[in-house]
Amino acid sequence: MSEAAGQAVPAQRGGAGETLRRVLPFAAIFGAGLILPAVSNDYWTLIATRAAIYWILVSGLNLVVGFAGQLAIGWVAMLTLGAYTTSVLALGNVLPPVPVFAAFAAAALVGATFGLIVGLPALRLRTFYFAMTTLGFATIVTQVALAWQSVTGGGIGVPGPVLPEPLDTTLGFYLFCLALAAFCTWMTANVAHSRFGRSLVATRDAEVAAEASGISKPRLLGPVFLFSGAIAGIAGGLFATLQSYITPEAFTFDLSVLFFIAILIGGRGSILGPLIATVVLTWLPEFAAPLVVWSTFLYATLLLVIVLAVPGGIAALLDFKNRRPLESSRAILPRPELLPEILGRRPASGGGITLRDVVLSFGGVRAIDGLDLTIEPGQVHGLIGPNGSGKTTTLNVICGFNTPEAGGATLDGAPLRPGTPQTRAPSGIARTFQTPRLIGEASVLQNVMVGGAIRGQGTFLESLLSLPRHHADEAMLREDALLALRTVGLEPLAEVRADRLQHSELRFMEIARTLMLRPRFLLLDEPAAGLSADEIRRLGALIRAISRQGTGVLLVEHHADLIFEICDRVTVLNLGRVLAAGTPAEIRVHQEVVSAYLGA
Amino acid sequence: MFVAIMMSGLAIGAVYAMIGVTYNVMFSASRVMSFTAGQLGMLGGVLGAAFIDVLGMPAILGFVLTLAACALAGVLTEIVAVRPVLKSLEQHLYVLSTLALALMIQQFVAIQWSTEPQPFPRLLDFGGGGPGDEKFWLPILACLVTVVGLEVLYRHTLVGRAFLAIAEDNFAARALGLPERNLRMASYALAGVIGGLAGFASGQLLLAFFANGALLNFYGFVPVALGGLGNNRGAIISGLVLGVFQQAANFTFGGVFASVAVFAVFIVVLLAAPQGLFGAPAQRRV
Repeated sequence: MSEAAGQAVPAQRGGAGETLRRVLPFAAIFGAGLILPAVSNDYWTLIATRAAIYWILVSGLNLVVGFAGQLAIGWVAMLTLGAYTTSVLALGNVLPPVPVFAAFAAAALVGATFGLIVGLPALRLRTFYFAMTTLGFATIVTQVALAWQSVTGGGIGVPGPVLPEPLDTTLGFYLFCLALAAFCTWMTANVAHSRFGRSLVATRDAEVAAEASGISKPRLLGPVFLFSGAIAGIAGGLFATLQSYITPEAFTFDLSVLFFIAILIGGRGSILGPLIATVVLTWLPEFAAPLVVWSTFLYATLLLVIVLAVPGGIAALLDFKNRRPLESSRAILPRPELLPEILGRRPASGGGITLRDVVLSFGGVRAIDGLDLTIEPGQVHGLIGPNGSGKTTTLNVICGFNTPEAGGATLDGAPLRPGTPQTRAPSGIARTFQTPRLIGEASVLQNVMVGGAIRGQGTFLESLLSLPRHHADEAMLREDALLALRTVGLEPLAEVRADRLQHSELRFMEIARTLMLRPRFLLLDEPAAGLSADEIRRLGALIRAISRQGTGVLLVEHHADLIFEICDRVTVLNLGRVLAAGTPAEIRVHQEVVSAYLGA
Repeated sequence: MFVAIMMSGLAIGAVYAMIGVTYNVMFSASRVMSFTAGQLGMLGGVLGAAFIDVLGMPAILGFVLTLAACALAGVLTEIVAVRPVLKSLEQHLYVLSTLALALMIQQFVAIQWSTEPQPFPRLLDFGGGGPGDEKFWLPILACLVTVVGLEVLYRHTLVGRAFLAIAEDNFAARALGLPERNLRMASYALAGVIGGLAGFASGQLLLAFFANGALLNFYGFVPVALGGLGNNRGAIISGLVLGVFQQAANFTFGGVFASVAVFAVFIVVLLAAPQGLFGAPAQRRV
């Protein structure tokens, strides 16, 4: 995200200069690509053509691997499918021959279909499992290509498609591939700098926070797999054209390794890094003859070194902006008076959140044992109790992360379905986490913008092609995020990488992220933990002001002072049961609470 | 025909099962699934052929050296690809580091050995080519030895109990003063021996071929996925069933269908029961 982090923020000063700085490296690379044929021979033009074709595939795969963090190590299968689809259709050995561009369209369709089929297991499977399914798929596609002789020609192969004039010359074909590569770069950059790109990174680095922000993984990843598969299919057709004759042996697993490793060496969440890495890795074996044999070994070694030494890849090495030291003595100064601007603009709220007879065990331990609780709009409800008394679990039941064995939560009288955390944000329920969940490589502003992802109107396709609604969404989200940051007092840090923030600042950043949803209910999980006394005071005022805008707040906290100062009602939990409930004044003198928990 | 399918199915299934156990032994010690599991199987075959056929060693010496070398490869996995990333918060890093090491091993073998399948020597010259040939029953025997050996190790030795303790609760085991790092290295050595044994025993069946690593990586992982992570009994049963299923489909419908069928079953089961058919612990997320 480092590169995107710096570049997605033209914002206040010199938007044009910032855009120029962002586009310049790409312009330089593609400009060099343009003049290459003039200053070298056909051989180097062919190498460059191959690099361009690889990049077309890698640019799409980058969204899957680099942004969404899905370890698709077998994407060469899409190249194979695309190559055979175009070749077989253009040749006409099965159906009547079709025009070559129609064959390319069919390849895109086949690639998209299988991209989705292979990608969908990612919704349920964890990292290694998904890597294995793509690896298995790649193995099987090659086996089928080898065995299905009537269509693929088996081990003998089939001739690749031939493009019409003037694309049938070395130069013409190269320029065609270069233009397509530039187009793909543009499209993926549009996605990267849209709410979809940010959401992808959020599901990668802070999946739980993404779900709590209402980001639905299937709806997000579906279009990405379709797109990535489609352009991989087209790359396959171009690859077959370049090879002029394809056999299953042309699609070795080494090729898949190259694609995958180019992205990781380039840096996850970057576009420039993987582009540079793809060009370099394609070109490297030409540099010295022994490297041809050892190229895959070299790539693997590079991967190991990158993983162990430079997890951020090339992009992290190029990220100079975030090496500048931050001001060390900085204070968080929230401005609660701005809250009406954020929270005032939403529909009037109805009823509250109610928990009835909730029972939940982990193994033999009853975490919650018959809990009743009501969160009223416009009030701060404190939830206190010793460690292990079920406070966070209560939050997780409301948010749908934990499924109770009995009882359940309702909102306005309608049940909140357990196991569907991504449905809470659209209902106006937002939350923070005991350990802040953040996208470390993204800027603070982008982290906050993730919170409003579901408020965007444009579709994935509109972002891909940079259509008007994409720009409207971006402008709206940016403006709101800046307002939210101003409100919590973090605006000066908007463009800083989030992982450079202090712990207390992250707590406020999480609150800013929840404000993006304009929540009707806000669930805060120990927001004061790790804050200084001054910061706790400002936090208290902020929470209080949020509730005065009509938002119901559930505050899980250990700081008794804060609880008694700002809460309208307090519930005390012990061993999963309600020990006491009432106003702060009642709780303060409650005999059992004082002896069991508050002490003295 | 039936006997032939069963024998070849059980033989290949035994190899898958043992690679599955290799995955599991590494996983139990470190919570890491390593791409080197299949490569260990490949090394078993290639090193066996190299020691016995090329260097002309007696079979038993070649066997012992092969297992020793594979144990070393297991330890190397632990040192190079596992230990450095264990402390990292990013859980997926091990996928990349072990993948990188697996590719390095595979490419090294491809360049130094051969990119073509090479013959593996006859060890006992027993069985004479039919369904009772040694190339079928050797893997099955090796699998049986593995099962019995692991059972004895885990139930009746102190080291084995320590392995179980580490697998059950890493922190508690360390708090009790168990040398966690040494036990982890020992586990990886053990995994290397099991993988190497699988490769050596199936040398005549799969030949000494560098690309077996990737193949075994996938087909050895299927039993783990079906049987549940870390569940050795599940892996053995699933592996044997998988082998017989694959061979039956192979004989009846042809090789392509068999591969596609195995992949389809794998995906369907994973989607329907991500924890495997025999169960594995779920993880808490928030």
